Amino acid sequence: MEKPDKNNNNIVEKVWKFFTSVKLAAALILTIAITSIAGTVIEQQTEPAKNVKLFVKIFGAKLAPSIYSASDAMGLMDMYHSGWFTGLLVLFCANLIICSIDRLPKISRLVNEELSPMEEPSFKKFSIHKEYNLQGNIKDRVEDILKTLKSLGFKTVEHKSADGLQFYGQKWGISRYAVYVVHLSIVLILLGAVIGVKFGFNGYLSLPEGESSDVAYTRDGKTQPLGFTVRCDDFNVDFYNDTDMPKEYKSWLSIHENGKEILSQSIEVNRPLKYKGYAIYQASYGPVTDKNALIILRVTPSGGKTETMSMHVGDSFKIPGSTIEGKAKYFSPALAFNKETKEPFTYSEMMNNPAVYLEFKKDGKDLYEGWVVKRYPKTWDMPDGNKMELVDYWGYQYTGLQVRNDPGVWIVYLGCLTMLLGLYGAFFLSHRKIWVLLKGTKNQTTVMVAATTNKNRLSFEGVIYRAFEMLTVQR
Amino acid sequence: MGSSQFFGAAEIGYFVAMMVYIGYFVFRSASAGKAATVVTSVSFASQTAAILLRWFESYQMGIGRAPLTNLYESLEFFIWCLILGYLIIEFKYKTRSFGAFITPIAGLTLGFIDLTAMKTTIEPLVPALQSNWLLAHVTMAFISYSAFGLSFAAAMMYLILKTDDRKGSAYWFWTITAGIFVSVLVAMLADYLNYHILHTPVADAKDALLGSTFRNKSSLVRLLSYLAAAAFTGIVWRYGGVLKRTFTYFGVSAELLDQLNYNLIALGFPIFTLGGLIFGAVWADQAWGVYWSWDPKETWSLITWLSYAFYLHARFIKGWRGTKVAVVAVVAFVTVVFTYLGVNIFLSGLHSYGEMP
Ligand code: HEM
Repeated sequence: MEKPDKNNNNIVEKVWKFFTSVKLAAALILTIAITSIAGTVIEQQTEPAKNVKLFVKIFGAKLAPSIYSASDAMGLMDMYHSGWFTGLLVLFCANLIICSIDRLPKISRLVNEELSPMEEPSFKKFSIHKEYNLQGNIKDRVEDILKTLKSLGFKTVEHKSADGLQFYGQKWGISRYAVYVVHLSIVLILLGAVIGVKFGFNGYLSLPEGESSDVAYTRDGKTQPLGFTVRCDDFNVDFYNDTDMPKEYKSWLSIHENGKEILSQSIEVNRPLKYKGYAIYQASYGPVTDKNALIILRVTPSGGKTETMSMHVGDSFKIPGSTIEGKAKYFSPALAFNKETKEPFTYSEMMNNPAVYLEFKKDGKDLYEGWVVKRYPKTWDMPDGNKMELVDYWGYQYTGLQVRNDPGVWIVYLGCLTMLLGLYGAFFLSHRKIWVLLKGTKNQTTVMVAATTNKNRLSFEGVIYRAFEMLTVQR
Repeated sequence: MGSSQFFGAAEIGYFVAMMVYIGYFVFRSASAGKAATVVTSVSFASQTAAILLRWFESYQMGIGRAPLTNLYESLEFFIWCLILGYLIIEFKYKTRSFGAFITPIAGLTLGFIDLTAMKTTIEPLVPALQSNWLLAHVTMAFISYSAFGLSFAAAMMYLILKTDDRKGSAYWFWTITAGIFVSVLVAMLADYLNYHILHTPVADAKDALLGSTFRNKSSLVRLLSYLAAAAFTGIVWRYGGVLKRTFTYFGVSAELLDQLNYNLIALGFPIFTLGGLIFGAVWADQAWGVYWSWDPKETWSLITWLSYAFYLHARFIKGWRGTKVAVVAVVAFVTVVFTYLGVNIFLSGLHSYGEMP
């Protein structure tokens, strides 16, 4: 930086100087880290009761109430959305931007600086520096040396002087900008996040099977019109073998506009549906217990064609092509049998093991009855060869959807990408310069090498020494 | 033989290797050094076989997934990367003296696996975990954790080598860190003896870890354990210079350690950024529609990231070198450990306490 001029030291400059300070950066990074720690200990956006208990545990019953209300007033219970935390991030961004702008002129000078040839004594001043004696005179060896320099990735300039023949060059100067790319990317990510919060929407929608909605809701109960209608055509949970461990949650959704179906698609936990800027995610599910749902059976009479039938609990139906009358007596979303008494019971409201109790009659006489269980194909076969498959209890479940519209997410991802490019440049590339001076006698060439790098000196040194060592052993 | 036998063999092998490396370091016996390398390599091969077998077995069970999706598997993978990294360093720099400092990290991890009664069976995945992003996320996060683990060891060695002023704060810092580290390791060994050799029953699997010492039911044992740890730390403080002289004997240069420390962080930081933070965010975005939700795990990853960013800036802008940045590297690794284990143990503990009726 230029020398500070006493007369010119006005407010703007003072503020500028404050924001270029690396001490401020360190202080901000530490403050953000430490306050974030507080945010992981205190549970965020939760019922007050939980944190009250936590405070009692940490501070004791006496101190807890006053500390709790003080923390609450400071926004510690929803810290990451509080004004002061946002303020910290804003300061951090200002720090990043101003600090980077302040340093850019100096960096660009370093990048664009032309190299110049050196006098012989200067070679010895470099920390990467070595001399090699090669067989053969300069004319013989100059080609090998140029090849070596090329293999090291340098385009060199030739220079003749009283000292001898000299080659010098530099590469990857541009990598000096890489850290600024990293810094810019952080600003981009935060910008994208702000856009998402300000202009985006993040809410949820619970849809029972068969129902539709053209709005979604935020956590604090606001309604957001979507501009289209989402219908839940069906919802299903699959389980691993005969466990209660869910394997897949799947909703079949369709999108309607002006009464017409535009799109129909199933979604799973890692595969959302995207439409008109909104993304709809499978988030949760549950039972709609007060609904009169439909039992859906796939009926295959022995030797006959399969037919799908639907009925409510208590309804009767006919097996096609016969006089057998069936009746769906009971339904259980999660059937189990008591180990000792063998009594059936329902162990969950969720559809973990759906089963229907069917009763069959012919000409008023009881034929057979029993449980048909969706997850156990063995139970589908009736004694007389008819097959009853329980397909669904449709309308009994709702699907919990997360609905999001985030116009900032692409900026966030762009920021992530630029950060990676920047990190690559910052860590794996370095600004490297090399000078080689050749002096010769009739059948010997002395090669003096000097080099610098702004980073990873040891590895650069190794690469150079190995390359030139090769020249000494050849021939 | 199934994967668990191979894992078991590797586990015992790494413990033996740790002892032999320490023996080599203390007694400077060249043959012990060679033996340590052989034991480590064989254990590593066994662990590699175990990981591959486990993968294969999961397909046989009809689950079919890479063995990287739960706490147990990820810790095994961490050890695998750590030992691989160590073997590369040993080969590249032709020195075995590092072994005495790196194998204990593996030992500590193994002890943790063994004593926390975590599930080691192959379990099917719940829907949220069925994602290739998760796989990329976990793999890369653990590669970076092992790079950070190695940098931690290099930083500790640097501190041992460079500080001998018993009043200096850096000397205090490393002696206390080493004291705690070794005390925990010894306490885990005590647990191992207690439960596996003496077959003392444990009331609750959750109390097993350090249950023989620092978390014992009897307050007398607890007090004695803390006193012993403090006494041990005192001994390290008093005789830390011996370690330094041993290092000098092995001809390890401080510059190499400082450079190694930086190089490992320069390797780990981008991988952590990509795998730990970015892939994690993409996965969360895919699965739940939020790329960042400030949950404790995410936040602690951010804290870890900020710690290493602090390290880099301290080094590049303030020109901190050697002792100061080594201290930062050690502290940053503590945040790594907390991000991975502490969040599960302490924060979930606090929060689940909050949930109790
Ligand atoms: C957590 C956020 C930040 C990250 C991830 C980050 C990342 C980086 C990285 C990777 C480097 C390169 C280090 C190396 O070459 O090994 C760097 C250098 C640097 N950073 Fe940051 N940075 C952050 C915040 C800041 C802030 C707030 C400032 C403002 C003062 C700042 C100022 C600098 C400067 C001056 C350099 C050195 C540039 C040079 O060598 O020419 N950084 N940063």
